[in-house]
Amino acid sequence: MAVQTRRLFATAAMLTAACVLAACSSDAGSKSAAGASDSGNDTTGNKASNCTNTIGKKNLPVVTFWGWYPNMRLVVDNFNKQNNEVQVCWTNVGQGGDEYDKFQTAISAGTGAPDVIMIEADRIPTFQIQKALVDIRKYGYDAVKDNYGPGAWKDVSIGGAVYGVPVDGGPMAMIYRKDVFDKYKITPPKTWAEYEQAAQKVKDAGGPLFGDLGANVPAVMMALQIQKGATPITYDPARPESIGIALNDQASKDVLDYWGNLARKGLVGTQDQFTPEYISGVVNGKYATYISAAWAPGYLTGAGVGKGKDTGKFAVAPLPQWDPANPVQVNWGGSAFSVTSQAKNPGLAAKVAYGLYADDESLTDGWTNQIIFPLNLKALRDPEFVDLKVSFFDGQQANKEVYVPAANAYKGMTYSPFGQYYFDALTKQIGAVIEGSITGAQAADRVQEDVANYAKEQGFTVQ
Amino acid sequence: MTLLIEESAPSTQEKAHKARGTVRLREHLMGWLFVGPFALVFLALLIAPLAYALYLSLFRKKLIGGTSFVLFDNYVKAFTDPSFLSGAWFVVRFSLVAIPLQIVVALAMALILDAVTSAFARFSRLMIFLPYAIPTVIGAVMWGFLYSRSFGPLSDVFGVFGATAPDFLGGNLIFYGLANVVTWQWAGYYMIILYAALQGIDPALYEAARMDGAGGRQIALRIKIPLIAPALLLILVFALIGTLQFFNEPQFLRFLAAGTIGPDFTPNMYAYQQAFALANFNYGSAISFALGGIVFAGVYAFLFFTRKRRSFL
Repeated sequence: MAVQTRRLFATAAMLTAACVLAACSSDAGSKSAAGASDSGNDTTGNKASNCTNTIGKKNLPVVTFWGWYPNMRLVVDNFNKQNNEVQVCWTNVGQGGDEYDKFQTAISAGTGAPDVIMIEADRIPTFQIQKALVDIRKYGYDAVKDNYGPGAWKDVSIGGAVYGVPVDGGPMAMIYRKDVFDKYKITPPKTWAEYEQAAQKVKDAGGPLFGDLGANVPAVMMALQIQKGATPITYDPARPESIGIALNDQASKDVLDYWGNLARKGLVGTQDQFTPEYISGVVNGKYATYISAAWAPGYLTGAGVGKGKDTGKFAVAPLPQWDPANPVQVNWGGSAFSVTSQAKNPGLAAKVAYGLYADDESLTDGWTNQIIFPLNLKALRDPEFVDLKVSFFDGQQANKEVYVPAANAYKGMTYSPFGQYYFDALTKQIGAVIEGSITGAQAADRVQEDVANYAKEQGFTVQ
Repeated sequence: MTLLIEESAPSTQEKAHKARGTVRLREHLMGWLFVGPFALVFLALLIAPLAYALYLSLFRKKLIGGTSFVLFDNYVKAFTDPSFLSGAWFVVRFSLVAIPLQIVVALAMALILDAVTSAFARFSRLMIFLPYAIPTVIGAVMWGFLYSRSFGPLSDVFGVFGATAPDFLGGNLIFYGLANVVTWQWAGYYMIILYAALQGIDPALYEAARMDGAGGRQIALRIKIPLIAPALLLILVFALIGTLQFFNEPQFLRFLAAGTIGPDFTPNMYAYQQAFALANFNYGSAISFALGGIVFAGVYAFLFFTRKRRSFL
């Protein structure tokens, strides 16, 4: 009897444990399924329960979506309100790298990815080569083709295939502090040579640092190298096994050396960007310029820059050039909406990718609050946008004077299919340049060797 | 024993065999049922993932060319990979500096707190332990701010002497910056373990020692420390395992100092980077196992060399 009871107890305990385990796994399962693929026609808004947003039209099919724009909720609500065919179930799983890591894991697992995902244009080849993205040309590309410029499309295309819908861009320019420039009697430098002279002048007069070389923003270094004529990656998806890697050509070396020298002479700081340390430096006028993209004012405002006694201290000028006779405009950041290959209904997902953040209301909210620099020509050609007097720049018509011309002149880039590795390698070597242990040219050689080895290891033929 | 007596009657013997078998079976079953819940969790959450990781580590997946079985190639690569080797060398060096530092601090505090009994001692004990109760992430972020030259206290302190504050997140000093964070976080925890061991010593021993003319210092060195040697050994093993798997602090300080702390700063970070950022789950698993091998070898060697010497000093 006693034995019986004990056995019963033990069995019960075991069952309980099993239940706990089962509950655990089924819970985890449903969590990933929320971001995942249950979205075909069979799943409607009634069943989608794990969305951050509330779905209004519950009988429509649902497309799952990951994204992190600060006004994402409004954008998703706008889409859902205006659309009678499909509803978006949105989750914010983190910004940039955090999201990519999750997406990468979902790709490796073969399940758990959303139908539509926000990714920066420079990451598209990384995911495309793993066949994680869908070519959306056949799902209504022609209808929206003319809404974006050729540079914008190039950034989201590989070969002839289109792997994302452009949303925002990051035409680069030089943000500067008017108070510092006035005090040391400097006009915005038009070339990089003038930039260095101005930096020297400010330093000699006991002024602040002129700029910053951040190891953690390799994308800026890459853009500046491209500006001087570097072509880091050549890649033809028709021949995916072969890749051209040129990270130590003369232009790349020159640009790394240029910034390395500025840092060595103490003309620019060497602080990681997007850190409290850096932002406090910007607030306190420690840096006279900030080489950055069109979305920077929004970011800086959000971080508390340009308020209080700093109001109206900032202005923007075009990016300094190497050859003012042949100016080159480059881009940093900017995102697109891509359809993932785990989407059960790619056509429906593509409708979301094309339609989300493309309505006037969302776009206007995005650019008036400086959350995005829109690539949609509806906004880019909107006189209100072009003529906007940007309060961060003390009423300067920054779009008209600087950013729109830069965006129009941008020709697009080819990004690497192992972007994360390339950027990590570049970060490491910029760190070494900052430390002073190697020159910029040596850094370029090391990045080349490192990335080329990785490419070979990954099975590419490197040219 | 009783069953042997029944040997004479074959039919009874058979019966007894059967009965014995049933009893044994029942006992076995009961045993398994009791072990079951634990075994299930153990197998599902530890052994299975380990086995799977080991399995993964024997393959290599390329962006071009797909997955192939490579046996131990990933391990060969790991032990010739400068990133892994420099990371491993870093944690070994770090262990050699940070662990003795933590143990000495913990031991000194435990001895002091054991000798002093007052309300202040109880308060101090709590305060010294407190950093351990703060989540590692928050601790790392907090130290990130304390090290900051813009809003940390260092600039003010060094400013008094007209000097510029050192950058503990910079390339030369990051080692000491991290050693400080780790000591701050863990010394209190080790102190509690040692303190508990000290409290377990029979006070009669001290009395006897005093009668023999031993002073406070001699009691501490010759009675207390030898008697808590097993506890010291325990925390040394804890510290060794924890430090060789160094991950949290550098991973979070990386957000402030990406140029100094690369993704391959420690082997664990490198494994994480390979698996979750670069999708090289195979190589990431191999690095994890290689690191596991180093930890195992380190701990085994340590226990081997300390096994005979019962007294620690």
